[in-house]
Amino acid sequence: MEQTWRQAKAAFAAIAVPPIAWLFLFFLVPLAVVWGYSLGENTGPTTIDVTGTFANYMRAVEPLYLEIFGKSLIIAGLTTVLCLIVGFPVALAIAFASPKTKAWLLLLIMLPFWTNLLIRTFALIAVLRENGYVNAILEWFWNGGSGLMALVGLQPLGDFEPLTLLYNNTAVVIGLVYVHLPFMVLPLYSALDRMDRSLMEASLDLGAGHMRTIWSVVVPLAAPGIASGVLITFIPALGAYLTPDLLGGTDSQMIANVIERQFKRANDWPFGAALSFLLMYLTFIAIAVQAFVQRKSERRG
Amino acid sequence: MADQGLTSVPGLGGGKREPKEKPGPLEYLRRWPLRLMVGATLVFLYLPLITLMIFSFNTSRRNVVWQGFTFDWYEKAFNNESLLQAFVNSLTIAFLCTVISVILGALAAVMLWRFKFPGKTVVEGSMALPIVVPEICMGVAMLVFFARVMPWPMGMPWPLNLGAITIAHVSFAFPFVATVVRARLASFNRELEEAAKDLGASEWRTFWDVLVPHMQPGLIAGALLAFTLSLDDFVITFFTAGPDTVTFPVKVYSMLRFSVTPEVNAASTILIVVTVILTAVGLQMQNNEPKDKKA
Repeated sequence: MEQTWRQAKAAFAAIAVPPIAWLFLFFLVPLAVVWGYSLGENTGPTTIDVTGTFANYMRAVEPLYLEIFGKSLIIAGLTTVLCLIVGFPVALAIAFASPKTKAWLLLLIMLPFWTNLLIRTFALIAVLRENGYVNAILEWFWNGGSGLMALVGLQPLGDFEPLTLLYNNTAVVIGLVYVHLPFMVLPLYSALDRMDRSLMEASLDLGAGHMRTIWSVVVPLAAPGIASGVLITFIPALGAYLTPDLLGGTDSQMIANVIERQFKRANDWPFGAALSFLLMYLTFIAIAVQAFVQRKSERRG
Repeated sequence: MADQGLTSVPGLGGGKREPKEKPGPLEYLRRWPLRLMVGATLVFLYLPLITLMIFSFNTSRRNVVWQGFTFDWYEKAFNNESLLQAFVNSLTIAFLCTVISVILGALAAVMLWRFKFPGKTVVEGSMALPIVVPEICMGVAMLVFFARVMPWPMGMPWPLNLGAITIAHVSFAFPFVATVVRARLASFNRELEEAAKDLGASEWRTFWDVLVPHMQPGLIAGALLAFTLSLDDFVITFFTAGPDTVTFPVKVYSMLRFSVTPEVNAASTILIVVTVILTAVGLQMQNNEPKDKKA
């Protein structure tokens, strides 16, 4: 049983004070200051008066910024869906592999996740750019196809035009999927691994096909895992800074990039603070929705 | 473990199977569409990284054509004073962050596991915040904090000038440690603690000799997590780093902004190798630990 703190006051104080004090001073206070600034205005180059104004929030819902919020939500949503489409079969295959293969595959999925995010994004640039790998492979196929067509007497395809795979929204989505795929696979795997297999076997025995079994047995059973995978991918994708910054073009700015600009270049801290808190509220809404879905599926189960 | 469900079903045969046999109904990994999918995913995940590592040995500046093997870029990277300094800074911060995070995380885990106290839900909720709050929000919060509320003294001698970044890293790393350690504590038999106290051990003695040994695998996993989180972090560091406190990711970022040289490839390869070794060591320690620490 848990002790009440009164039973061992000295021990409780020794254990509880350091983490709580740290969390308060170096996390909650900074956030509170930002929150205060979001209700303030610039009164000089380095002074901000907290006046209780809502002007910053009003500015944040102007069409220009609403569009950026909308775009961030769409990009993060698309990333999540793509991660789910790729991640689900992979997680399924891993969950039903032999124990040894399973351990290796999990390690292989997790290793990039331990690797530095910046390095991974940088590595992706080298693959996607105009004289990068993907284009080199496409060019090889193109020239091969062209030669083949000339051989059978058709019009050759002409010169290869490299695809622009970098510095646009597609690149941002590819980059986000690349970075967040392990986040999706791991919770999906743990949900599928815990699942009661006899239900799947029953479904297959009773004549349902694999697709039908996966859709009407596995997916509902793994719903909580799917929900947490979606959440754990969606939240960081929504607040992504580095990927749109390095892989995106001029029109692929996401909220985080706008926030960074307010703090580092435009020097409009109150507005940046308001945008940060709006992003945080969006995150909390996503968590609340996930909790709701989870509770609903638990009640059903 | 999880495969027991398979073997218990009549008609599916034993656990060992000849490779030529038809795949069992649930052996999804032995079906070609899923094999293809897993293979393609692994290629997608690893091709960029492996390319990066291979081309760090390339003589050509342009990455796409292989021209010859060289160690030049490594030499250049090692002679790049500021890159080296950034690397040392990153490792120092990661080390300090790990030590502080493990202590704070372990205390937080024990607090939440052992005690009932008023406001526990609030503390638990706030403890989860650094895990869920977007990095950028935490970054600007740290920027504002160290610019206006508690400016970190300028011009401190070397490891001390990294204080602001270290504090910021600890703030997001220790709740992760707390989560991992708390999961480990769930399997602790509370009677052991009571027994130790009945036999006359002090509060401190019980903590150190009974609870800490049980927590050890969690502490190691937490330490590994804190170290990599700190080493990996770009966004929060970007907002707290000053001109003379540059970490490796921040340095690489500024190098990328100017020009992509294979020097960056070389430096990245070193960091990847460091990470892989650390992960291997960590996993090894975790695998060995529980066996000889069975109390």
